[in-house]
Amino acid sequence: MAERKLFKGNEAVAEAAVRAGCRYFFGYPITPQNEIPEYMARRLPEVGGLFLQAESEVAAINMVYGAAGTGARVMTSSSSPGISLKQEGISYIAGAELPCLIVNMVRGGPGLGGIQPAQSDYFQAVKGGGHGDYYTIVYAPASIQEMVDLTMQAFDVAETYRMPVMILGDGVLGQMMEPVEFREPAPREVPAKDWATTGAKDGRAPRLINSIYLQPEALFKHNLKIAERFEQAKKNEVMCEKAKTDDADIVLVAYGTTARICRSVMDRARAAGLKVGLIRPITVSPFPYDEIGEVARTAKAFLTVEMSLGQMVEDVKVAVSGAAPVHFYGTTGGVIPTAAEILERVEEIARAEVRK
Amino acid sequence: MTKVVFDEEKCKGCELCVQFCPRKVIVMAERINAKGYHPAVLADEENCISCGICARMCPDAVIEVFKP
Amino acid sequence: MKQVYSVPKSLQPRSTHYCPGCTHGIAHKLVAEAIDDLGIRDRAIGVAPVGCAVFAYDYFDCDFQQAAHGRAPAVATGIKRSVPDSVVFSYQGDGDLASIGAAEIVHAAMRGERITVIFVNNAIYGMTGGQMAPTTLVGQKATTAPFGRQKEHCGSPLRVSEMLATIPGAAYVARVALSSPGNVAKAKTAIRKAFETQLAGEGFSLVECLSTCPTNWGMGPYEAMSWLEENMIPYYPLGEFRTPEGGPNNA
Repeated sequence: MAERKLFKGNEAVAEAAVRAGCRYFFGYPITPQNEIPEYMARRLPEVGGLFLQAESEVAAINMVYGAAGTGARVMTSSSSPGISLKQEGISYIAGAELPCLIVNMVRGGPGLGGIQPAQSDYFQAVKGGGHGDYYTIVYAPASIQEMVDLTMQAFDVAETYRMPVMILGDGVLGQMMEPVEFREPAPREVPAKDWATTGAKDGRAPRLINSIYLQPEALFKHNLKIAERFEQAKKNEVMCEKAKTDDADIVLVAYGTTARICRSVMDRARAAGLKVGLIRPITVSPFPYDEIGEVARTAKAFLTVEMSLGQMVEDVKVAVSGAAPVHFYGTTGGVIPTAAEILERVEEIARAEVRK
Repeated sequence: MTKVVFDEEKCKGCELCVQFCPRKVIVMAERINAKGYHPAVLADEENCISCGICARMCPDAVIEVFKP
Repeated sequence: MKQVYSVPKSLQPRSTHYCPGCTHGIAHKLVAEAIDDLGIRDRAIGVAPVGCAVFAYDYFDCDFQQAAHGRAPAVATGIKRSVPDSVVFSYQGDGDLASIGAAEIVHAAMRGERITVIFVNNAIYGMTGGQMAPTTLVGQKATTAPFGRQKEHCGSPLRVSEMLATIPGAAYVARVALSSPGNVAKAKTAIRKAFETQLAGEGFSLVECLSTCPTNWGMGPYEAMSWLEENMIPYYPLGEFRTPEGGPNNA
């Protein structure tokens, strides 16, 4: 078994990316993720890679575009306001079918907001984010180990589907320390990069990295091709943890940091005799609609908990599709919900919907 | 073979070659090409000095120039 | 017969979408000639802008990436840093480079990125239909400056080459004009020097090509070249502003 080492979340995700073959990092400072670029600035030269601090998030994501277009394993990281700036480039990267990794350690918004942890970037992470018809694959880890495991496979996944992969963390996951081990992910057959622009050598035809299709029919076809890859990702990549959902009357739905809190809520509710379960989406895009829908056949009520005023809850409602009421509890602005508050909501729901 | 060879179908009739020709040996043809432009043609081979200015100023890479 | 001028091999043998008399075609040929002369076609990776030259990739016989508006220097940076052996050039207009991409070009120069920038300055937005650019001359009419650019209202035009020449990372900065056989010959030399600067690893290189936009200026192609010489060159003087040998040269 590999050695377990104590790692801060931000540094763990950076080390995992290096071990996954990432050799290029382009970024711009923003709290609370600065340990990622700082770690990369030290670490990448050791493995013959390159770290470059860009003049802005806009420039950084376009440097990612350029490097990804040469077939390099490349990443960037930022936090909410910086991700908003990167969305232009993310749209172009998606349009040009380029693989890369983007880490978002979410902080409170809108605007400059605050620097405390939040989950209010769910919409901009999973609904495309930038302009145009596209999706990205978004992982929402709930522990440092899981963040490491997902990052270790993120480049393979991005290259398989030729689309950006995002790690959706938050200030808590970025700053907390946990023991981790760096495990090799299950091997995947990643397609050859026969599209990479590295110079038209040995008589091969010139290649083009591009997202412009002026003829509507051509853009239609192009977008369908991207959508088809995402359909494949829906079939193969959805990840979701279910805890004690088999007999649950009330099912909590939460991801990331909030899911950690909900796990203790579940335990405390069970100890108090309430049949409470937990569904934790690990991929929030593609979203585990079917997995939640399945549980909705037996559960009496759902409670979605987020550090936002209600974003993922919309997808939970789609998944439950009217089979049971979907309640919501959320905190915003960098405030972390307490287990006691959530438990109180669970008890209210139990009184209203379970024992009626 | 003439001194100035025009890839006539690429010509957009901008007349820069006509204007910059120091010997004024290029004219626009009466006919129109598939693009709908009057293409440039060499009208006076004898007085052409094969200087290449027409080709250098052509934005559409229409012209190649030869010297006997 | 001996061939005096042949179409450069690094150009694709197809017709361009540019308007009749547009100098983009001349600039394309000069870039392709430099690529041919230096024998770098199989190492060349171009970056196309947003603007009239958005389809530049259709005309060069080398690898290309198409960039978001103004971001070509950042994209070029990503390419050059991940494939250091490549010869990377961006091809950008004045709206792309001097307006929305002002930060990217300044910082690419600051870092001394070993890229070559072909900056086509025709003092107007071409593709979107003749709007005012940061390089539009005072008094020059544009669809968004219907009474001519007024200095009091939107300032004086940006002299990009002079500005970039103050940056130590910029190894070669020159301004040329695609307005006459003599000026085009000088432009050819400058573009070749810019690529040579990159090949020698000396830093960032940029050639500003004063260009015409007959369509949006509302002039014939030849008349537009005369207008360029009479109006643009006095404000945008030609010459080398920075060379690998040292600071401002003959500007």
